[in-house]
Formats: sequence, C-alpha cells, structure tokens
Amino acid sequence: MNAQSPKPSRLRDTRVTLAHGGGGRAMRDLIEEVFTDVFLPPGSEDQARLMDESLQEPGARLAFTTDSFVVTPLEFPGGDIGKLAVCGTVNDLAVGGARPLWLSAAFVIEEGTEIALLKRLVASMAREAASAGVRIVTGDTKVVGKGGCDGVFITTSGVGVIPSGREIAAPQIREGDVAIVNGVLGDHGATILAARGDLALSTPLESDCQSLNALMEAVLAAAPNTRAARDATRGGLASALNELAEEAGVTVVLEESALPLRTEVKGMCEILGLDPLYLANEGTLVVFVPEAEAEAALAAMRALPSGHDAVIVGKAVPRGTVPVVMRTAFGGQRIVDMLVGEQLPRIC
Amino acid sequence: MRYVEEFRDPKAAKALIAAIARVADQIGATAANPVRIMEICGGHTHAIFRYGLDKLVHEGIEFIHGPGCPVCVLPMARVDECIEIAERPEVIFATFGDAMRVPGAKGSLLQAKSRGADVRTVYSPLDALELARRNPDREVVFFGLGFETTTPSTALSIQLAAREGLTNFSVFCNHITVPPPIKALLDDPHMKLDGFVGPGHVSMVIGIHPYDFIAEDYGKPLVVAGFEPLDLLQSVLMVLQQIAEGRAEIENQYARVVPEHGNPVSIAAIADVYEPRPSFEWRGLGEIDASGLRIRDAYLDWDAETKFGIGYAAAGGRAHVEEPEGCACGSVMTGRMKPTQCPQFGRGCTPDTPLGALMVSSEGACAAYWTYGGARLIEAAE
Repeated sequence: MNAQSPKPSRLRDTRVTLAHGGGGRAMRDLIEEVFTDVFLPPGSEDQARLMDESLQEPGARLAFTTDSFVVTPLEFPGGDIGKLAVCGTVNDLAVGGARPLWLSAAFVIEEGTEIALLKRLVASMAREAASAGVRIVTGDTKVVGKGGCDGVFITTSGVGVIPSGREIAAPQIREGDVAIVNGVLGDHGATILAARGDLALSTPLESDCQSLNALMEAVLAAAPNTRAARDATRGGLASALNELAEEAGVTVVLEESALPLRTEVKGMCEILGLDPLYLANEGTLVVFVPEAEAEAALAAMRALPSGHDAVIVGKAVPRGTVPVVMRTAFGGQRIVDMLVGEQLPRIC
Repeated sequence: MRYVEEFRDPKAAKALIAAIARVADQIGATAANPVRIMEICGGHTHAIFRYGLDKLVHEGIEFIHGPGCPVCVLPMARVDECIEIAERPEVIFATFGDAMRVPGAKGSLLQAKSRGADVRTVYSPLDALELARRNPDREVVFFGLGFETTTPSTALSIQLAAREGLTNFSVFCNHITVPPPIKALLDDPHMKLDGFVGPGHVSMVIGIHPYDFIAEDYGKPLVVAGFEPLDLLQSVLMVLQQIAEGRAEIENQYARVVPEHGNPVSIAAIADVYEPRPSFEWRGLGEIDASGLRIRDAYLDWDAETKFGIGYAAAGGRAHVEEPEGCACGSVMTGRMKPTQCPQFGRGCTPDTPLGALMVSSEGACAAYWTYGGARLIEAAE
C-alpha cells in the first residue's frame, strides 16, 4: 500500500477507452493510478521476487492455484467481483491445507467501463487481501473493445505454503467421518439471481463471499486429523460432496433436516423450482473430520464469525451405488447427483 | 416456511399412508393387480419422486405418469419451428428456462444460442414485453408454452401489447389444454386407468368442472390435488375411497387454492385472446382435436406463426419430424411403459445426453426417475 499523500491525477477520462490498453502513456496512467498504487510497493519489476520463512521449513510444500472470475452484476449485496477474485483463490489454497501468501491479478476490461467502478473493485480487492493476510504482488491489464467481454473479468493465481505433515485431500476420508459446513447454504447464488433484477424479487440476502483461510486454520488446529475440505462454490454443496465422495470411494449420507438454509433462500427455491444444494456459495467450507474430533472442530469454527453457524450435515459410509444420498426430512431417501448444465427455473 | 412445511409433516404422512393401505386392502389392490392412478401433471410426477411417495404407499397403488409436462409433450417439429424463428437475425427469442435444452431435429435452443441466435431466458411473458419496449428495432418473440396455468399471463401480455400498439412483440403459441388429452387416453382401449389425480394449478384457473365428463361419461374418479406430499397422499386416499364406495366424482383436495369455478378474470383473458385450434400435435399422442389454442384473428398481429409464416401458418404446411430412433417417450407418456422399461433409459438417454423430452425437463417422468434415484436405487437392489 502506498502511504504517501495522493499524487495529482493524470487520469482525465471517466471511462476506460482502447487507448488505456495501447501500451502508451494512457495505459501507464491507468495502471499507476488505479492498480499499482493500491497493490504494489513502488519500483516493482515485471516480476514479483518473493521470500517467506515458511518455505524454508523442511517438508514444506508450495501450493499453486488459479481461477478466473466472471459475474453479472459486477457489484452485488455482500461483495463484488474484486472481493470474489481474492476470496476464491485464497479459499482454493486454504481448503488444501495451504497458508495463502501471494496472489497475482489479471484484468480484462471492456472499453467503456467506468474508472470509478474499477477503483472500487481494486479497493475491495485490497481490503479483502489485507483481511485474509495475503499480498497481491503482480498483475496485468488488457482492454478489449465494447462487447469483447462483460465489464470486467479477473483472473487471480495464488501461491501458498503447506506446512510439513499436512495431508488434506479427498482420499483421506474414511467411513464414519462427518461432514461439517460453516454456515448457511446458497446465499451467494440466491443473491446473484435476485441482484440481476430479472425476477422482480427483492430479498435482504447478501452473498456469503468471504475468505476461509483463518477458519480452515482453526479447524486444523482443533481437529488435527482433518481429512479433506472443499470450498463449495459453483454447483453448490451437492457438487463439492460428489467430487469428494467419488475421489474418496465412499458414499456421503446427507441429512436434509440438518442443512442450514435461510427462509429467504428456501422461498426463492420453492418459487423457481431450484434446489438450494446446487446454488453457488462463495464462502462455504465443507470439511470432513473424524467423528471423534467433530465437536472440537465445531467449537473452533463457531468461535469465528465465518463459522458461527457451523453444523454437521452428513456422514461418510461404505460406498453404495452412488456417491451422495440424502435422507429427506419426509422420511425417504434420494440421490443427490452432480448438476447437469445449469439449473433452469421451471415453467409452472 | 409457513404454508409449505405443514404439508410436508412426516407424522401426518404416516397416518395418511396407513389409511391408504387400509382402503387399498379393502378393495383388494395388490402388486399383481394394482389400482392404476394417473397423476396428470409433471409437477406431481416430480413431487412423487422427490418425496419417494411411490415407495411409501401400499404396493397395490401404481402411479401412471401422465402427459402433463408442457415441455415434454412438445413435438420435435415444434422445437425446430422455434429454432427457425430464433435464428432470424432480427429476432430476440424469449423463453422459459426449462425449454432451453429440449432437443428438436435441429438441436436445442441452447445450441441455437451458441450458434449466435439471440435467445434469452425470462421468467414471465411480461419480461418479454419489456424486452420489446426496450428494443424497438428488434422483433421480440415469446415462446408461449404450457397448459391453462401459464396461458392467462401470455394472454395478458398480448392484450397489453395491443393496448400499447407494441408491434415488435409476438407470441409463438404452443398453449395446450388438459381435458382433451385425458379424453384421448380414456378412449384408448389399451389404457386401463382407475382414477386420476388432477393438476391443481390448472384448476386454479379453469375450476374443477371441465373434468365432469371423466366422472359422468367414463365413470372414473378425479381428485384435483395440491403439490406438497400430504396433498398428494390425501388425494390418492380420496380416489381410493371413491373406488371403495363405488363413486365416480370430481373432488377438490386443493380447496385452499382452487375455487370450484376457477378464476373468472383469467378465463375471460384466455377467451378474449385465444380460440381452440382444430387440432394440435402432441409428442407421443399425435394430433388431438381441439387440444391446442391459437391466437384469435383480432390479435393476429401478435401471432409469431402468422408473422413469420411458420408452423401451422406455413404456406406449404408443417413438416413432419420423426422421433429419434429408440426413443420411447411416447409410450412412457401414455403410461404404456415405465421409464426404466425403455431400452435407452440410462444408456443412450441420460440428463446429460437426452434423447427425448422426458429426460430433459425436471418434470419429465424419466428425469424424475433418474434424478431422485428411482432407477438407480432399483438397480442397486437387483
């Protein structure tokens, strides 16, 4: 972050033009004024040169991940694409047991995007990075013509360190392990649907968009034999559990009555014929721990705001015919499959 | 959630399931000689599988899944006509979401969209009307689809367009009505049905009396039902009680929503804008007399078929398109075959690669079987 007093602005335009991608003075002004002032220490080269003590510990491993973010609208209740781009990559590192350290951020910007909006997104990224304890150390911008992309696309890559001895991965899951989620499901997906304004539904919902690394560290401290974790994003809890169960060779039995859902999300799903198990989340951790460590994990999660509503939702059992089944509140049992394509609202 | 969770109460369900078993035993229903009850509506099919009702009720009750999923009964040729309209460069084609993946001979609307057609998902025909207002230089076509439940809102959008003089809006009308196909099924000597569970939201519009002929002419009971599991269980019980008492009546289980005579404002809007077509093609059932609606002459300016000379308004008549080879949707839809008896089920036809519409729409019997595990749980037991 730049602690100096603000420089006089050289950036005269209120919207991004193709000139800002041309490699000349306009581009330099945009990058300096909007991006590097916020992200980088002055005088950076084209590459970030990095060192962290944790890397030198014997047995420590690097974790490296990348993700692209596209969302309409760019700003929504509870977050924006900038915050999402930081949380998403931080979370992909955290759920593998890595401590996230550094991020890169690459922007594809559509001609005509308001510079004030860009500044808001960048400020939001900086805030989220600071709160998650990671640094954005390198980046790139490209400007494309009108219609070439939808506002702003952001790609973030992240590097973290997995301390020696941590093996957090789906194959570690054993029969009898329990699945815990950190809080309510589907808020992000429902918020985005409502925020698009096509539905004329107004809700007080906010995206759950948040970084999960502190929560994950708390779980690992309380439940040292934590098996595996996922950030249940696109495709919702159903898809995350299917992936984990498939890879672990177990079946996960979900308890419908245990699923934490807000009334507003349930109501929206009833109206539109959607299943909240498939709604996207952006700050939902699902973690498998041995049953004996479940209470400790729950207590540690509930002590943090991001895990306040943590609850056990299911259990791993010997592999049946399908990876995930749910015992319904009604007393039956049904398969919880992977999502096919997108969820489409029903006619009537 | 109030008014929803009360109707999913497992305790109340147990009592109903026990009552159903008593009456079923009383009338001698067995797995080998079951009482065959058709739930007409796709929403009911979906709910039966979602809650596993088919497994929970007495083994002497067999659910036959009727032709009440509007997406599923749409013939391939109709989907092709849709795509033909959608691919015109001046057109914005607005559709409900679950029609996007239905395959025609020339692919689905989703595929047409990927080829460049401007296809947009809307949640109401009024959204399509708004698109037309905001895009005066484009032709906005709404895919009017569904039974009496969705017909009034399309009628309203046409009335509004007429009032506003909005000439760049039209409706590709595929609205259909419930009673004619039921009559066709009852006239089919192969269909052995003992009673019906009637679609509640259709009766919310048309009331319960359009079904009187089922009791009077065919001597079969019909109970108009709600969509929660307790609604369905109670309706099954009511059908069984009629059979046990030798009655055949049209009863209303869904009285909290369905008025006996329907909704007069909706009925008037339908009558103002639409009239029956001489006949309409149904997937699996063929052409059925007076089973579809068309837009009246007074509103022909808002009729996409007339505007673009397509479908029933095509100069050379409509093209006939054969169902894909091996697709048994027709037999499943008429209750002749269970989804699992179709040789393609789970093999050539899955929700990822649907051959027929019953696997595409969440209300299709095959998709419901597959999604909620009916089939795969059965496989596991074998």
